Amino acid sequence: METLEFKFSAKKKGTAKKRAHVGVVGSGDLEVLLEPLDTADAQVRIRTSVPGFSQQWQAVLDRFFMKYDGAVAIEINDAGATPGVVALRLAQAAEASE
Amino acid sequence: MTTSTEPLSSVHMPKRRDSFIELNGRERALVFCDLDSWRELLGPFDRLESPWLLPQNVTPQADDGCIVIKGKIDGVSTVVVSMEPAFQGGSLGEVSGAKICAALDLACRDNENGIQTNAVLLLETGGVRLTEANLGLAAVAEIISSLLSLRQLAPIVCLTAGTVGCFGGMSLVAALSSYMVMTVEGRLGLNGPEVIEQEHGVEEFDSKDRALIWAIDGGEQRYATGLADALVQDDVGEIRQAVRGLLKAGVPSVYRSAQVDLYRKRIAALDTAQQFNPEDLRKTWHRENTK
Amino acid sequence: MSTDSNLSTRGRLWFEALAGQSGKSSDARDPDSVLVADAPLGGAQARFLCVVPDAQARFPRAREGEVGLEEAYALATHVREVIDSHKSGDRRPIIAIVDVKSQAYGRREETAAIHLAAAVAADAYASARMLGHPVIALVVGQALSGAFLTHGYQANRILAFDDPGVIIHAMHKEAAARVTRRTVAELDKLAETIVPLSYDIKDYAKLGILYDLLKVTDADKPQPADLELVKARISAAVDDARRGPKDLSCRWLSAAAATTRQATLKTREAMFSQWSQSN
Repeated sequence: METLEFKFSAKKKGTAKKRAHVGVVGSGDLEVLLEPLDTADAQVRIRTSVPGFSQQWQAVLDRFFMKYDGAVAIEINDAGATPGVVALRLAQAAEASE
Repeated sequence: MTTSTEPLSSVHMPKRRDSFIELNGRERALVFCDLDSWRELLGPFDRLESPWLLPQNVTPQADDGCIVIKGKIDGVSTVVVSMEPAFQGGSLGEVSGAKICAALDLACRDNENGIQTNAVLLLETGGVRLTEANLGLAAVAEIISSLLSLRQLAPIVCLTAGTVGCFGGMSLVAALSSYMVMTVEGRLGLNGPEVIEQEHGVEEFDSKDRALIWAIDGGEQRYATGLADALVQDDVGEIRQAVRGLLKAGVPSVYRSAQVDLYRKRIAALDTAQQFNPEDLRKTWHRENTK
Repeated sequence: MSTDSNLSTRGRLWFEALAGQSGKSSDARDPDSVLVADAPLGGAQARFLCVVPDAQARFPRAREGEVGLEEAYALATHVREVIDSHKSGDRRPIIAIVDVKSQAYGRREETAAIHLAAAVAADAYASARMLGHPVIALVVGQALSGAFLTHGYQANRILAFDDPGVIIHAMHKEAAARVTRRTVAELDKLAETIVPLSYDIKDYAKLGILYDLLKVTDADKPQPADLELVKARISAAVDDARRGPKDLSCRWLSAAAATTRQATLKTREAMFSQWSQSN
């Protein structure tokens, strides 16, 4: 198991109106728990059963937070999803939290 | 590495709008309750996950693969419990087991206090989660006990739709429920084909023979032989209607699991010299002759 | 694959020693694999039940002590007899002597709905318990998976011998290794720190489900002194069962469970708390 933590500075608060949960921890999939935060940061914690991909996680999150600049806490439980699936789930979570 | 530039709506994969099987565990649970009547108990944000998985390099799920919805169905309080088939094959662990057991106990308590509370169990499960072995098995025994207490007071409808089916210790839970609903795709049995093939070889059970598997464990066979009470297509509306109808039927007057003499006679009548023809069983165990 | 080495005789030997009878049923419908006898235990007339190997069993996949179709229905019948024959006073104890290596794995069994057979037996045992019959399981050998769910796991109180041949588990080690794609050595290593995985009965005892872990001289051969101890402990379990609730709550309320089943307790507490909040 690998636990990764990332921080992103949020340009504005209040993008997320409510918490959101998407996904399932199935093989090649992940679940995302997203909660609004009352801070100037977005925080991401990832637990993954496939270690060694922190750069790829960084890249996916960078891309996500370019479009999404809310202050949120994101928890990810990952069972080997591809970057494409990760991006999908993050987008779904963001949409569901509006 | 792909960059997604499509609008959000197109990243969602199209689904057959009415398929129940294609829904995940939570979506399935939400099919049944009256509009605006429900809430989820011990959802992912309560973060009651398994304490046993991380040390085994298995990623836990925040709801431990078990979704509990409390709401109303046709105005009657109902708890809907759904096992997420995509997480660890829907297998039962300590926390998911405790969720189911506690939900049944609480429904029982409400009934004892004069609040009619029914239960729906969506069992898509391979049985005990081997990464939790003895706590999964113990949980099955505890669920059996709680279910037997509740079923005297309120109907418990169990549904297995596929694709995982209902196997292992949880198949006993299904057999003890008030009513069993299966789709054609669903399967119900104690031991899966792979396990039997592993134990006694491909002659005993060819686990690649899909026709054989469904001939024995499939919804049509179980329905025709009186082991399921309703056979439905993979359609949300049809499934919802079947479950609601059986809940309305209330506590049954006879339980399959109490008909010891009937089944003893049926087993005694079987010619064990060769394998049984499942088709023949549909005649001798015709569902009309069961209850 | 089943090992064709020693088919366990522990069940039969302890049954005969405790019940003082062979257990051969007078009912011709009963399979030879199910032993049943009524015998005194601490002032009560208890019913003893056991499943043993029967090389002549009608079902070829239930000849080595597996709990199959005939066994499950026979058990259910004999448990229900005790329920149905109750007239007044204290309800009779039912003692399940357990040494079962698995449920029967077979195509016949699945076709003829062994999942229901297992449920029927579990229902009978649980019904007896819920009506007030003290149901006691004594694990003298193996208690695996569906076999244990069928015969023993609905007991009020479970006792086991502290012996390497006593194994309570969800799946045999070799099969579990195969299914989880690990080696047996890896499973053993994991079991050192993950209690529910262990095949050691002393670790199982840490889960808080056992009422008693008994040291006997020889688990393969009942000795007179051991018999006195075992009978006394079963009687104590009967008395304890009569005093307590008729559900299985003592399993998670035990002292050991407070440590090893914290997640169970937290989950139950949270469910109880959230259930009652207004809808």
